[in-house]
Amino acid sequence: MTETKINTSRTENAKKILHEVYDPEIPVLSVLDLGVIRSIREVGEILEVDITPTYSACPAMKVIEMSVQAALDQAGLGPVKINTVLDPVWTTDWMSAEGKVKLLEYGIAPPQLSARIKNLSLGNTTISCPQCASTNTVCISEFGSTACKALYKCKDCLEPFDYFKCH
Amino acid sequence: MSSANPLLDFVLIHADNSLILSQRLSEWCGHGPVLEQDMALTNIALDHIGRARLLYQYAAELDGTGKTEDDFAFVRDELDYKNVLLAEYPNVDFAYTILRQFFMDSFYIDFLDKMVLSTDTRLSQIANKSLKETQYHYKWSKDWVIRLGDGTEVSHQKIQTALNRLWEYHGELVVPSDAEKIMIAQKIAPDFEEIKALRTQRILETFAEANLTTPSNPWQQSGGKKGYHSEHFGFLLTEMQFMQRAYPGLDW
Ligand SMILES: [Zn+2]
Repeated sequence: MTETKINTSRTENAKKILHEVYDPEIPVLSVLDLGVIRSIREVGEILEVDITPTYSACPAMKVIEMSVQAALDQAGLGPVKINTVLDPVWTTDWMSAEGKVKLLEYGIAPPQLSARIKNLSLGNTTISCPQCASTNTVCISEFGSTACKALYKCKDCLEPFDYFKCH
Repeated sequence: MSSANPLLDFVLIHADNSLILSQRLSEWCGHGPVLEQDMALTNIALDHIGRARLLYQYAAELDGTGKTEDDFAFVRDELDYKNVLLAEYPNVDFAYTILRQFFMDSFYIDFLDKMVLSTDTRLSQIANKSLKETQYHYKWSKDWVIRLGDGTEVSHQKIQTALNRLWEYHGELVVPSDAEKIMIAQKIAPDFEEIKALRTQRILETFAEANLTTPSNPWQQSGGKKGYHSEHFGFLLTEMQFMQRAYPGLDW
């Protein structure tokens, strides 16, 4: 039977590399910040990486998969095998605290509530404006420029902004 | 047409519902009444494409003859598609589109919630993935039913007209096909009676809040799940399948 190992120097190196692999649509978030990397392990000679999709049809997923593969290959950590896993389902709760700060600095309001709350109080949460921090904001549309974002407007500074939805 | 594999039939009903609804929604791309709603319609279309892909990938494995997800999506004939007639109903106008979406979402929100408990692990995972997306769709379509129904005289009249016309298409979703009955017996699919009751409550509450008159005609259309489609369906397939019919096997 092939031995599976986690927390080896190779998997730790892989993590360091993946901190520099970014979401193509939100280029301040690394794939680790986004929470889509579910497992990194050595299975025999192969470095296996489990990736879970954010939204079922997120067009960035294919690019993320290719970028992860290329970055690990380039770092000499191959051979690499990428698996797509659906279970457990991705949630914004897995976004790193650091990732949320980076989102805010980038001008996107980070997800507010725990997505574990069953009846998502969609659109009823108070979202602060990433420009001026006012809470006097309004949801314009729950569907924004990408599958993961909603469109808001600040009624104080009058700027529109993206909100990364709880999921 | 039913195959000897009820699980495959069941997967295809729901894969086809998502694909065909998505095709209709994507016809709105660039034509939405305002930019934000154009984006909402196409975002919902995208979610359904993702769901259809997950289901067709599973269907291809169940089929086991070497077909791919793309073969299921693009090179079957009209009789092989098992989507409900509601999914293929033309967009007509924004009110029809909203109401069609509301009828789909008010089914899937409870159906998917229960499908998470399916004895089929793969379908349970796909349902869990799709449920959160449908919760957003449902909130959107319900809000719009209320906004149009309880809006201006014109918006009210438009959505009431759509309701009067689409009412006879809403029931097919909750009437199990032969394949679905087998799935229910095997606990792969949930009890449809329970979902039907939950959905009826959602529908009646929403229409009351929207000041809409629920039609009293009990008669319902059926046939889509058996492959008998409306006169609109051939046109939809012609457009959707054009590339693969004209250039078989074309890839990016
Ligand atoms: Zn502001």
